[in-house]
Amino acid sequence: MSESPKQNATVRFFDRVGRSSVAGLEEMGRHGVLMAESLYWLVYGPGMSQPVRLGAVFAEMMEVGVRAIPIIAMMAAAIGAMLAIQGIYSLKVFGAEGQVVYGVAFSMVREFGPLITGILVAGRSGSALSARLGTMKINQELDALEVMGINPVRFLVVPSILATVIMVPALAFMSMVLGLYAAALYVNVALGISLAAFLDQVVAVLSVGDVLHGVGKSALFGLLIALIGVLNGFMVSGGAEGVGKATTRSVVQCISAIVVTDMLFALLATL
Amino acid sequence: MNRTSAPPVVIEVNDLVTHYGPRQILNGVSVDIVEGEIMVIMGGSGSGKSTLLRHLMALQRPTSGTIRILGQDVWRLPAKKLFELRKKLGVTFQGGALFSSMTVGENIMLPLFEHTKLDRKTMEIMARMKLEVVDLAGFEDLMPSELSGGMIKRAAVARAVVMDPRILFFDEPSAGLDPVVSSQLDDLILRLRDAMGMTICVVTHELESVFKIADRVTVLDRGDILFVGTVQELRDHPGERIQNLLNRRSEEAEIDADEYLRRLTGDKEEAEGMPR
Repeated sequence: MSESPKQNATVRFFDRVGRSSVAGLEEMGRHGVLMAESLYWLVYGPGMSQPVRLGAVFAEMMEVGVRAIPIIAMMAAAIGAMLAIQGIYSLKVFGAEGQVVYGVAFSMVREFGPLITGILVAGRSGSALSARLGTMKINQELDALEVMGINPVRFLVVPSILATVIMVPALAFMSMVLGLYAAALYVNVALGISLAAFLDQVVAVLSVGDVLHGVGKSALFGLLIALIGVLNGFMVSGGAEGVGKATTRSVVQCISAIVVTDMLFALLATL
Repeated sequence: MNRTSAPPVVIEVNDLVTHYGPRQILNGVSVDIVEGEIMVIMGGSGSGKSTLLRHLMALQRPTSGTIRILGQDVWRLPAKKLFELRKKLGVTFQGGALFSSMTVGENIMLPLFEHTKLDRKTMEIMARMKLEVVDLAGFEDLMPSELSGGMIKRAAVARAVVMDPRILFFDEPSAGLDPVVSSQLDDLILRLRDAMGMTICVVTHELESVFKIADRVTVLDRGDILFVGTVQELRDHPGERIQNLLNRRSEEAEIDADEYLRRLTGDKEEAEGMPR
């Protein structure tokens, strides 16, 4: 409260902490509500003659997924090669360069594939989602939808959520494969292990569970990206500057959420 | 307009109170809009007229009070009924609010596409018909960004009427348009009422359009209704504030020394009631 300027710093500090905690909780609550609402429209929309349009989902999948293939492919290949280079360098200490496949396979499939995909999609699509919805809100396009009897969550949000939840795991799987391929190429040059032998070892090392771990995690990343992107867009106020802020906030939140979720997921999955 | 036969009331607002955060915007507003009339809501900026419009379109939940549209209490309706009701409303927003990712034609077809099972050819024909009504024939394949301000507004009108709504809302139709274009838009509003028998509710502060199109006028001032009546009654009204509004005299703020002092010292609690 602002009545007394003499209020001491400690009180003000706790006041601020309290307020931001409440604001944070409120935002988490909104994420929950948004998710529940999306599920509601997905399930009950058709019965209310408000179905989620498949065309819109495909259009989003194209935008979120297919158009991201080149950049994600490049990044995945670079990461795969990097893992091989670093792996060989560090294993040289023990004279165990031959064991590099273990490290590369595990880290690419369980960690780097999903993570790099999540971060790139967050940067490309999470921010775009916020910018698009924010602009629509400012131009009263969201109101226009509402007045036309078209629910914005059903019309705009559900297709985006479905698209990211489907496409991020698909892209993550692609980046695992490409990352491993790039690693194999480097190992082939550096150590003379043939591609076939590399593949053989990868298959022997990895279990289905490892791949599922990576793919499952990416689906979660996809959900987070869409929810955070959408919510930041919906909460835009204050014109073009607001859109800019929301976009930045959305990317920062998406990436933080992805990294923290990744850690928690790894912790729980390896217990 | 001849109202001797007392046409039915289509929108009934009763004792509407709303807040933005702690700030009270509307202080118990009651107003009726009857079928087939053009009701203009006017008032200075900050008078709460845009807020009232949002409530009339059922976009915002009031703090208290009721809004009945076509006989139905909008905030007591189940979601599905509210959707049905909304199909009978059309709105032209201030900036048009056309979807920038779709062509003009797709914008106009969107309500048909979402609410009807017509085939695409029929929808295209209906969209073209509405474009004819607003004098934009042949523009259906352009993107909204390729249109001028006046054209965007007219395209937005075409979208608003594509479902043949019972009630049509306009938010500041003349905002940002030159006098000629805004007068054309006024003609369009009159034509729509006469040709389609719609009830039309316009929010504006342009006096010229008020006198041209209005059957009845509601004047809002700082969240209260100052006047409801016909254009003639408005002209003849003895009230000083109304005459000030009509003659574009700026109002001298009443000087309240205490209030002024409180505002300067920034005592928020007390300055809550300051004029907006």
